[in-house]
Amino acid sequence: MSKNILTIDKLSMRFGGILALDNVSFEVEKGSITALIGPNGAGKTTVFNCITGFYKATSGALTLHTRQEPTSINKVLGQPFQLDDIFKPRQLASRIFYKMFGGTHRVNMAGLARTFQNIQLFNDLTVIENLQIAQHNTVNKSLFAGVFNTKAFKESEQASIDRAYELLEVFNLTADANRLAGEMSYGQQRRLEIARAICTNPEMIALDEPAAGLNPNETEALAKMIQMLRTEFKMTVMLIEHDMGMVMKVSDFIIVLDHGEVIAKGTPDEILNNPKVIAAYLGVDDDEVAA
Amino acid sequence: MNIKHSFLDAFVAAILATIVFGPIMGIVLDGYSFNLDVPRVAIIVGIIFVGRFVFQLTISTQGGRDFFQQFEKGRAGSIEVTDPGIKTVLAKAIPFIMLAAAILPFFIGKYWITILILAYIYILLGLGLNIVVGLAGLLDLGFVAFYAIGAYGLALGSEYLGIGFWIALPMSAILAASFGAILGFPVLRMHGDYLAIVTLGFGEIIRLVLNNWSAFTHGPNGASAPPATLFNLEFKRTAAEGYTPFHEFFNIDYNSTHRYIFIYLLVLIAVAFALRLKHRLVKMPIGRAWEALRENEIACRSLGMNHVTIKLSAFMMGAAIAGVAGVFFAAKDGFVNPASFSFIESALILAIVVLGGLGSTVGVVIAALLVILIPEVMREFSEYRYLVFGLLMVIMMIIRPRGLITIKRDRKFSTKGEGAVVETKQGEGAA
Repeated sequence: MSKNILTIDKLSMRFGGILALDNVSFEVEKGSITALIGPNGAGKTTVFNCITGFYKATSGALTLHTRQEPTSINKVLGQPFQLDDIFKPRQLASRIFYKMFGGTHRVNMAGLARTFQNIQLFNDLTVIENLQIAQHNTVNKSLFAGVFNTKAFKESEQASIDRAYELLEVFNLTADANRLAGEMSYGQQRRLEIARAICTNPEMIALDEPAAGLNPNETEALAKMIQMLRTEFKMTVMLIEHDMGMVMKVSDFIIVLDHGEVIAKGTPDEILNNPKVIAAYLGVDDDEVAA
Repeated sequence: MNIKHSFLDAFVAAILATIVFGPIMGIVLDGYSFNLDVPRVAIIVGIIFVGRFVFQLTISTQGGRDFFQQFEKGRAGSIEVTDPGIKTVLAKAIPFIMLAAAILPFFIGKYWITILILAYIYILLGLGLNIVVGLAGLLDLGFVAFYAIGAYGLALGSEYLGIGFWIALPMSAILAASFGAILGFPVLRMHGDYLAIVTLGFGEIIRLVLNNWSAFTHGPNGASAPPATLFNLEFKRTAAEGYTPFHEFFNIDYNSTHRYIFIYLLVLIAVAFALRLKHRLVKMPIGRAWEALRENEIACRSLGMNHVTIKLSAFMMGAAIAGVAGVFFAAKDGFVNPASFSFIESALILAIVVLGGLGSTVGVVIAALLVILIPEVMREFSEYRYLVFGLLMVIMMIIRPRGLITIKRDRKFSTKGEGAVVETKQGEGAA
């Protein structure tokens, strides 16, 4: 069993003529809080979209070590057919299977949940329903049980509601349980999105700019919440964040990205004193850095 | 009350109306010359003047403003979170409505029975499409294809396989659902507009195949379909070999209305089942998943839901209901031909769904009844049916963009009873 929960090896992502990510390699240690930082347009969100299966990487290997087995993210998204598939029926069958039923959702099923930079909630559904939907893969989905409203079905539904309330209490949203998600305040929506991601029982959670648009108090609360994700939910956290104060406070490990390349990796202290990082953030000329 | 302002405003509207309608309605061609038809213009302008005046007066009062503002609340205004188990007046009345509907055919003529059967078939179709469009948010412009597959399933099934109404009912549902799956699987990765075009094409393909594959479907001549039987009792004056006619078995006089009453009751039962099914589906994980997909596909994918299979299930469920509706349609007329399944039927069903409100059950029932019954009631205006229809749609979209009926969502409580107290009023943004 590897001590890393996620390994990224030589990940490249090309959009037409633009090389958004160029041979990005890093590991995320199990149980850590890892931050991915970098100036605007550095490719942070592209990395996130690749590891959560929203983009198919142009090249490189992405492997999740969750649920006691390695999962290749490239594979579950569906790969093109290869010539040697003809001689390996098992490999061909697996390719066809993932072509038909593979996709982004498989990454979440493997244990990696995410939130979004621009909040993605089900606005016209209630908060509870938002959290129940996240439990889609664990509730009783039998058509028969549902239509006839059997005892087992009722219990399964109530269990999903109770689980939702448990999380709402943790995230201090119990009072809003039966409101429509779309009419809540921005900060509440952010918290709901994290709670919803946790509802899918992930082992690792990827937060894309969780502090964006929050006031200092809310950011402070968020930092505590992120630490709680690790201590209480035993999750590995990876986050993209621009709020350096928060990043330095919560993270164990920082990866700095600039122009699609990893320019530095290390603990917060190491990163703070890294001249390349300072240059990337403050925009010093390239030859000055070399000097 | 600002009479002077209202009067001025109405006066301006009247002048504009004269300019717009004057040439169109006031000048009537008569050979190479033309006549002026002043009274006609005067009536139109008069109506507009009075209407505008009254409207202005109403909105100049507080009550009037409130009245119009309630339509403008938009999204939040048309969704309400209510306690579960609270029975609305409507929910209490359902058994009575059903009972009334069940005894209704014994008091009305054959003509109205057939109209009502058609209306009920459209309720079925509306409910089916409401799953696809209303719940799952997939714009399907070729829904009539599944209706056609159901109808032809009965007609051709009896011709080639010798199956009767009762076997055709589930068979057609399965057949339509499998066609839904065949169509859906490759195209459901698409979004909104693209999907609409593909389904539109699919609807036309089915119709054209039925029209042109004469050797199998008899082309435009259509095919005959067997009528429904009650435990092998036929509703005919003289039954086929080995069957007993209904009237002989019960020793009553033959009456051709019996057959229609029977189908009427069957369709009514089917509608009741479909309503119940829809009612349950929205409370089930699959129904929630459909709604989630309509709201936000990206979020769904990030939560481990396979959007393709979820869309597919909605597509198949809708298709199956349409297939059942098709069987009833074929059994009602005893005959099907491709002309009954043109694009305009798809548009009509879609109109029912939009009019009733995306996702609403009661709305669809009301809309289906309106759409089928209004043209019949106003028989002499039936040429203007689509004009009235278009007007209704425009008005609907302005005053109730989310459909006739306010959508209700259940409030849910934990076992410990959390969520029971309402701290903040609906619509009030808490900090």
